[in-house]
Amino acid sequence: MADKPRSFQEIILRLQNYWAAKGCAVLQPYDMEVGAGTFHPATTLRSLGSQPWAAAYVQPSRRPTDGRYGENPNRLQHYYQYQVLIKPSPPDMQDLYLGSLDAIGIDTALHDIRFVEDDWESPTLGAWGLGWEVWCDGMEVSQFTYFQQVGGHDCKPVSGELTYGLERLAMYVLGIDHVMDMPFNDPQSPIALKYGDIFRQTEEEYSRHNFDGATTEMLLRHFEDAEAECQRLLGFDPQDDKSGKRIIMVHPAYDQCIKASHLFNLLDARGVISVTERQAYIGRVRALAKLCADAFVQTKAGGFAA
Amino acid sequence: MPDLLIELFSEEIPARMQAKAAEDLKSLVTNGLVEAGLTYASAAAFATPRRLTLHLEDLTAESKPVREERKGPATTAPQPAIDGFLRATGLTMDQLEVRDDKKGQVYFAVMTKPGRHAAEIVAEVLENAIRKFPWPKSMRWGAGTLQWVRPLHAIICVLSDHHGFAVVPVEIDGIRASNVTRGHRFMSKGDIHVRDFDDYEARLKAAHVMLRPHEREHAIWHDAMNQAFARGLELVEDKALLSEVAGLVEWPVVLMGPIGTEFLSLPPEVLQTSMREHQKFFSAKNPVSGQIEAFATVANIETSDHGATILKGNLKVLSARLSDAKFFYDKDLRVAKAGMGEWLDALDNVTFHNKLGSQRARIDRVAALARDLAPMVGADPDKAAEAALVAKADLRSAMVGEFPELQGVMGRYYALAAGRSADVADAARDHYAPLGPADDVPTAPVSVAVALADKIDTLTGFWAIDEKPTGSKDPFALRRAALGVIRLVLGNGLRLGLDRLFDAQIVRHQHGDDGFRGRLLSVLVEHGFHDAFAALVSELGPEAEEWVAKLRENGVGGISDDLLAFFHDRLKVYLKDRGVRHDVIDACLAMPNKDDLTLLVKRAEALNATLGTEDGANLVQGFKRANNILTQAEAKDGVEYSYGADVKYAEADEERALFAALDRAEAAIAPAMAAEDFAAAMQAMAALRAPTDAFFTAVQVNSDNQVVRRNRLNLLSRIRSICLSVADLTRIEG
Repeated sequence: MADKPRSFQEIILRLQNYWAAKGCAVLQPYDMEVGAGTFHPATTLRSLGSQPWAAAYVQPSRRPTDGRYGENPNRLQHYYQYQVLIKPSPPDMQDLYLGSLDAIGIDTALHDIRFVEDDWESPTLGAWGLGWEVWCDGMEVSQFTYFQQVGGHDCKPVSGELTYGLERLAMYVLGIDHVMDMPFNDPQSPIALKYGDIFRQTEEEYSRHNFDGATTEMLLRHFEDAEAECQRLLGFDPQDDKSGKRIIMVHPAYDQCIKASHLFNLLDARGVISVTERQAYIGRVRALAKLCADAFVQTKAGGFAA
Repeated sequence: MPDLLIELFSEEIPARMQAKAAEDLKSLVTNGLVEAGLTYASAAAFATPRRLTLHLEDLTAESKPVREERKGPATTAPQPAIDGFLRATGLTMDQLEVRDDKKGQVYFAVMTKPGRHAAEIVAEVLENAIRKFPWPKSMRWGAGTLQWVRPLHAIICVLSDHHGFAVVPVEIDGIRASNVTRGHRFMSKGDIHVRDFDDYEARLKAAHVMLRPHEREHAIWHDAMNQAFARGLELVEDKALLSEVAGLVEWPVVLMGPIGTEFLSLPPEVLQTSMREHQKFFSAKNPVSGQIEAFATVANIETSDHGATILKGNLKVLSARLSDAKFFYDKDLRVAKAGMGEWLDALDNVTFHNKLGSQRARIDRVAALARDLAPMVGADPDKAAEAALVAKADLRSAMVGEFPELQGVMGRYYALAAGRSADVADAARDHYAPLGPADDVPTAPVSVAVALADKIDTLTGFWAIDEKPTGSKDPFALRRAALGVIRLVLGNGLRLGLDRLFDAQIVRHQHGDDGFRGRLLSVLVEHGFHDAFAALVSELGPEAEEWVAKLRENGVGGISDDLLAFFHDRLKVYLKDRGVRHDVIDACLAMPNKDDLTLLVKRAEALNATLGTEDGANLVQGFKRANNILTQAEAKDGVEYSYGADVKYAEADEERALFAALDRAEAAIAPAMAAEDFAAAMQAMAALRAPTDAFFTAVQVNSDNQVVRRNRLNLLSRIRSICLSVADLTRIEG
């Protein structure tokens, strides 16, 4: 059993080291606004096709409607997820996961770890899988999913996906009651920083922005633009005359899909989307995700053999 | 005879699926074995979060040989036909028998399929069971193609007897059966080798796995009760939660903790729901105050600190959950104390159904109908309308947003906080009832008025837009709503003319009740759309005539008749369960005021009881005989015999006795019917049995004397009209 970590970043570092030692490529966060680590192309696109894959990364995630001006003890509009995706899912995926809890100081002989049914579905990604939410002493600390379908495509082979909600997990391990009080770096450091020192002000700013500031007309326009651009990029002939190569612009198109998804989330936070419209918007984003998935399996990384 | 042990060891199986999966494994395997010619003495199946286990005792060691005969072509048939028969049977010419047949000599193939060893059959049946297992949802994993509820890791398949045991050779997608399993995920290390079921169960127990779900449930309930008792508390029973929790652990360890004093002000329903839904905690209440003061959580592990760390963590999570609940409750109470206007306004923007308008529009309609209904159920009209207005306000509260199952329960708390009277607040809680067959029927008049109005509004609304239940599809739970109305009416002995209430509410759906329509509706509620309605309305002037024409055009009468027929169908189902025959209900449905369900049921129950007596059953035969003779005579003579039977033309004593009996029956039945004393009326009717039977035995109706014949036919018509005044006995079968 590893000793107890002392800070938020130490927990992240231990997860990085653990999964690196287990053979995952430790990637960096995707450089766009996303609602969850699943949106990173390293998960969404790489779970498609036959190519083996093993990646782990931190992904800053945004949920505009969850903004609470930095006041709520555990609700944030910007937070971190730790994401692991292994394809095909190894037979000892559960044991690997439990090893990662041990690595961050959760002694499985002392705590009550449970796998509780939780089927995962992302209507915006047209994706679903079966698995569990993992409970530690009654608290949900991770999502564990065997992907069955992404973007309307059957996952063959199946990927095993782990998502850790880092703030909540870290607060539990460190024994902190309010996220803003959580040590971000080592509390013994010459300049000790708490989570609140870094994020309290931004939570306030973005909460106001998400609920009142963002220009809805612009967001609507950008949503339309992103949608059109995604479709346009995928409409090109795969044959690129300039390079003489077969190049399908899946990732640039998928960027537009991610954008549309985030714009929709902002519009939702601004309260300008009615219940009936909501379904229609989700359907439009799903249609883009599906187009990207269709295109990705036509590429080399997606297992396409020319 | 060997025993069979099968274990399918997987990653965690959802708790809600375990019990059915164990049963499915049992039936798939036992059916397969029996089909293949094996028998067994007993079968038992068990499930834990990580395994499905099947144990069969005394399986036959091998199936019996099967002899099969097949008739082939005639010996004179052309060679290709004979060759074909040989190919099909796999025999050679010298193995065929020649037998005499009607048309000459014919080849016969006699084949004996040898018996098969149990192991061979078990292997086949198990593979088939695994591949066809009916999981509600299954998945693939890794690079394989096998489908299971979660990844399947290992299979035990062992046949054992007093000589020893043998692993049945089965391999499914790379998983080879063995006699090896594993114990508790955290409290046991390494492989466990087993010989037979008893050995398996004992070794699992030693490895901290309780195989039997009922044993786990019992252990949980017993420990939780004891711990609650030690604190002077009482455990709140929750069977569904108990079985779910027993499906989440292989080694249950109950831990009990207190609920923070800052949360004790929350309503007990909120505490219990929040703890059950989010944390799967049991509640323990103070037997005196009813307040929930502690929780019990069930861990899956024994720890060196006796669960201290686990309990501390659970307390922390609970505290966060209850802080949320308290935040919602306090916020809701502020809105409630300000009169709930904010919620009611917001309900304007919530669509109930796109063809039936907003929730707010629905509430206003329900309030209007509750006001109409109030005098009929003994409630104050203003109170009923007020209660209907606030009854659904809690749908917009934060608490109901979080826990939809608390709708109504919260409504009562918030109505009280808003300063409404207790009967109005109770109506908020009780107006959804009765939902299930076990639910109590509300009896408080205000609650009854709102409960009826709510359901009738829903039913008339969906009927008006032609969204009726079909077959197994009833997305708006309209059958349940109709049954709710039936139980409310019967349970409270209410005398309602449902038809006119339906008419009025359909008009409200189609046209609203503003201005003139309000006056129209009050006439409608009084009289219904049929009969006097048009005449009465026409007194209100020319505008009324237009409305009558419009309502006719919209088919208001037809819609409400159809809805009433739906009610009668539901009533038949309801009464059938209570032992009332369907033809009895049909006989009563032919009588007037059939939309008065209380009257209808009273009549039906009396008739049902009468038909259960010997006199009653025989009288029906007598009635039918009289009716048949009359009907034939009337058809032949082209006249109706309905009047003028005179005792002075009576020839036989039995005839005179029948006259006297009919006089007595008429004298008794008329006042009994007027008093709706159907039992007395039917008793009087049944008393006609002996004189009627005696009459038919002694007297020939179709006498040659035409005067006597007519007199007798007219006498029979008195039997007919007396019987038909009680119920339409022509509908009684048999």
